[in-house]
Amino acid sequence: MRYILKRLLTTIPIIIGVSFLLYVMLNIVPGDPVALMMGEHINPDTIERVRARMNLDDPLMIRFVKYLLDALHGDFGYSYKLKREVSTLIWQAFPNTLILAVSGALVSWIIGIPAGIISAVKKNTWIDYAVMTFALIGVSMPVFWAGLLGQYFFGLKLQWLPISGFDGLNIKYIIMPAVVLGWSAAATIARLTRSSLLEVMSSDYIRTAREKGLLRHQVVVGHALKNAFLPVITVMTIQVASLLSGAVITETIFGIPGIGRIAVSAIQTRDMPLLQGSVMFATVLIILGNLLADILYGFIDPRIKYH
Amino acid sequence: MSDWITTMRNSSFGPFQRKTIRYMHEIEQQIEGSNAEPDIKNATREDENNLLEDNSQLSEKQSDKEPDKMPEDQDDTMIAADSIWRELLQSIYKDKKAFVGAILVIAFVIIALGAPIFAPYDPYEVDMAEMLVPPSFVDGAAEMSDNSYIIGTDFLGRDIMSRIIYGARISLAIGLIPPLITLAIGTLLGMTAGYYGGKTDYLIMRLADICMSFPSLLLAMVVMYTLGASLFNIFIALSIVNWGGTSRIIRAQTLSLKQKEFVEAARSMGVSKWKILWRHIFPNCIPSLIVLFTLSVPEAIMSEAGLSFLGVGAQPPMPSWGLMISRGKEYLFSSPWVAITPGIAIFIVVIAFNFIGDGLRDALDPYTKHD
Repeated sequence: MRYILKRLLTTIPIIIGVSFLLYVMLNIVPGDPVALMMGEHINPDTIERVRARMNLDDPLMIRFVKYLLDALHGDFGYSYKLKREVSTLIWQAFPNTLILAVSGALVSWIIGIPAGIISAVKKNTWIDYAVMTFALIGVSMPVFWAGLLGQYFFGLKLQWLPISGFDGLNIKYIIMPAVVLGWSAAATIARLTRSSLLEVMSSDYIRTAREKGLLRHQVVVGHALKNAFLPVITVMTIQVASLLSGAVITETIFGIPGIGRIAVSAIQTRDMPLLQGSVMFATVLIILGNLLADILYGFIDPRIKYH
Repeated sequence: MSDWITTMRNSSFGPFQRKTIRYMHEIEQQIEGSNAEPDIKNATREDENNLLEDNSQLSEKQSDKEPDKMPEDQDDTMIAADSIWRELLQSIYKDKKAFVGAILVIAFVIIALGAPIFAPYDPYEVDMAEMLVPPSFVDGAAEMSDNSYIIGTDFLGRDIMSRIIYGARISLAIGLIPPLITLAIGTLLGMTAGYYGGKTDYLIMRLADICMSFPSLLLAMVVMYTLGASLFNIFIALSIVNWGGTSRIIRAQTLSLKQKEFVEAARSMGVSKWKILWRHIFPNCIPSLIVLFTLSVPEAIMSEAGLSFLGVGAQPPMPSWGLMISRGKEYLFSSPWVAITPGIAIFIVVIAFNFIGDGLRDALDPYTKHD
């Protein structure tokens, strides 16, 4: 319990720091946001009035605190360009990003973990080399390029899957983005599972188990995997962040109306509140996700709690 | 995702496991007489707070066994710079993958530097009559144009090969400069945090936590929004986004090096703090820095390509590979070569650096272990 409390207490300043950094960066952009919002032909009096109403003349620090308090109530301000509540737009987009990220994560686990185990068990055979080569290829392929290749071959040439678009939980539309997104994560997981398993396999208790007369696969399944998974779990949780980053690009390629796409279009239209809201939402989500993972991790591996 | 974050997180419970491995290898050495040198090396660089005693015993044992070969980074003296480079070159030469990677990287650098010599056409020359000509090896390419283009032309009739060759310059610059700046910032802050400790340490590490909490692409996007989309601003964005990981690793190393006798000796002789950091601690961080560098080069190249792909990076008509893919994707189904070929270039360069990085990490990095 103390561990959970401690982690919570370290997370709160980080969230505040992250929001502050974001807020400062986005609010020191040259140019008057009101003029940007209302177009070119507008009289200065109106600008003054709107500025006053939006509290734009307050010091940065005060505006930030106000913004943060509003954000805690789920109010991220008002989009300049789309003329709607930022929070509404985010809540509409969030489920799509979540579906994409979760399916991407599933793909990476389903491919990565078994591949890593096979590779470790068959160490230095051609299977190992093949898996590791694939993993290296996976890490080295830019997500957006892999996406285009997928669209070209599986969408256009083979016509197995729709080229782009999104339809809720319709699996046909999810497969390709999920594989594209999860592929490089799968590669990382495979490599880590392999090295972690090999590391564990050379430890005392494994030797003991083997000398007790247990078969190799019994030792792998019964003894080694449990410990070998610890670092893998850590990475899997960190990868939630990279999946979300990757989701920005994947959503853009496949036309999925998610948070990443909102952020990209907000940059293109210079819609500051929308960009601020979406990035802040995504970042805080990741931080909370990591916190949750850390807490879970403390339960899986009690040693962590005492560090 | 960045490999070194993984590495770091792992290292939080590393000492325990590594102690075991080292022990295992000692036994193995006794039983089989096998050479377990690299792993012992890995293990000795661990958290010295816990392992100081064991370490001294170990190095005695080690020197008993191998009097002629003293692995430099566990020696309690400063590493000679040339031995690092020698080890580095040797490990590249020995590792097949790293060797191939090195050749590819050399080719990449030569192509980038000699772009005007290698490029068959002007990469910026627009020619609407030569629009979307297929690669010369495709049937029908000859009918569309009198000129031959190795991998075709884009939607403005520009030769893609020449654009890729010139684009190598952008990727080379992106691959070199931001990682170097990132490493410089990370090293400086990491050493300061580790050596000074206390409030300085706390402040720097919380700042690192904050920077590392951002998904790096999103943070880079925000920086690009603030600064405006241009290639130069990518340099800035990528330089200030990723220093957190480096600083954590360097801090951990500084903490352990700080406890060593040679630093203590220097301190007791009245050597100034900065001189200790520069002369005694920094040289011992170099192996890790080299590994971090080789791993951050491909990441920087990918990030630039990603940002440019999203339209917040390099702007037309720059021959940035990411931008070329982004602009070419509208023609993906009619003229796939426009978008696909720059991706091959990114892929080859990134995999080449990953080959080297992998090889070097196995050989140099004290924090990870591959079999």
